[in-house]
Amino acid sequence: MKKKLKVATTSLAGCFGCHMSFLDIDERLFTLLEHIEFDRSPLTDIKTCSPDCDIGLIEGGLCNAENIHVLREFRKNCKILIAMGACAINGGLPAQRNHLPLTTILEEVYHTSPGLANGMIPNDPELPLPLNQVHPIHEVVKIDYFMPGCPPSADAIWKVLTDLLAGKEPELGHGLMHYD
Amino acid sequence: MSHTFTLDGKTIPFEDGQTIIQAAIAAGVFIPHLCYHPDFKPHGSCKLCTVKVNGRHTASCTMRAMAGMVVESETAELNAERRALTQMLFVEGNHFCPSCEQSGNCQLQATAYHLGMMSPHYDHFFPNRAVDASHPDVLLDFNRCILCSLCVRASRDVDGKNVFGLSGRGIGTHLIVNAKSGQLADTDFSLSDKAAQVCPVGVILKKRRGFAVPIGERTYDKAPISETANGN
Repeated sequence: MKKKLKVATTSLAGCFGCHMSFLDIDERLFTLLEHIEFDRSPLTDIKTCSPDCDIGLIEGGLCNAENIHVLREFRKNCKILIAMGACAINGGLPAQRNHLPLTTILEEVYHTSPGLANGMIPNDPELPLPLNQVHPIHEVVKIDYFMPGCPPSADAIWKVLTDLLAGKEPELGHGLMHYD
Repeated sequence: MSHTFTLDGKTIPFEDGQTIIQAAIAAGVFIPHLCYHPDFKPHGSCKLCTVKVNGRHTASCTMRAMAGMVVESETAELNAERRALTQMLFVEGNHFCPSCEQSGNCQLQATAYHLGMMSPHYDHFFPNRAVDASHPDVLLDFNRCILCSLCVRASRDVDGKNVFGLSGRGIGTHLIVNAKSGQLADTDFSLSDKAAQVCPVGVILKKRRGFAVPIGERTYDKAPISETANGN
């Protein structure tokens, strides 16, 4: 039997909507599992990538230091890295904070909003430090393929994965290619 | 008298005075474009309609057709250049399609699909641009402006109002409203203006109409831009 491809997935500054859309391939998951096995992923709860992953699916952009750490781990361990969804590709909704200074945002969220008397900005060393701006993942590591959409439809995710399994360049035609 | 030129090997007839893109559209051939609109004088600024005429790059919206020209348009080289221009437009502004009312009806988005733009490629500028919600009927979201100048031309040449203008130079170029306050409410702009109808992206938006057409039924959900009449 042919060796199964190892697929790792993660959600960085995302909403897990792309992962939900991935699960929307429904019963096709059984077919997929004949060809792949999941490595690090919220679906397996495995916390670190094996060094020989074949495909990494990244949902979400980069909003804090931990996101960058995880992204670099994926790049190091995955032969093919795919940006899945709008946030990974252009920052998406979280990036709409980018025109505001980070201090102003933290002040408003933790100090000056109504009902936040004695609020304090979280400063636990366990918490990853936020970045000044949210960045798309291609600004930090090389990305091999992009799968736009908010989220990409289950059919689009299926098409990209099955194209790759067939050894083809993934291609999304009209109807599967959308940015929203 | 009618003459012809060839476009990607296909014979295209034209009338005297027609530009390459006018003749191509009349013959049912799509050339990607953003700042060109058949109702207005060409602006020649977006450069997406660039073709090769006898081996040399030129904007097909400003170049008059001439008999015997050999024009190339749908080539890997030209489409790669068009894709790069489109990517630059995406990173210069704030184009977040999922939260844009114009998504699905947007020529920039549909053109990017046509060109197979899978990512913005370049680093984003994430500019800080204010919106103008002062007008009772129309919202202006400058985050999405691609400086095509169609609203400028429509307001000046059709409406006779001169409501919009492009100000600044180079990377500093931006769309302004012609009022002392800079606010749309302080102009005689109205929803029935031609300028309110021509924005190819999501800058000039009619209020209280957002997301009226469901996903799947919007203009470019139904057919790609290359198959939509005139691409406009």
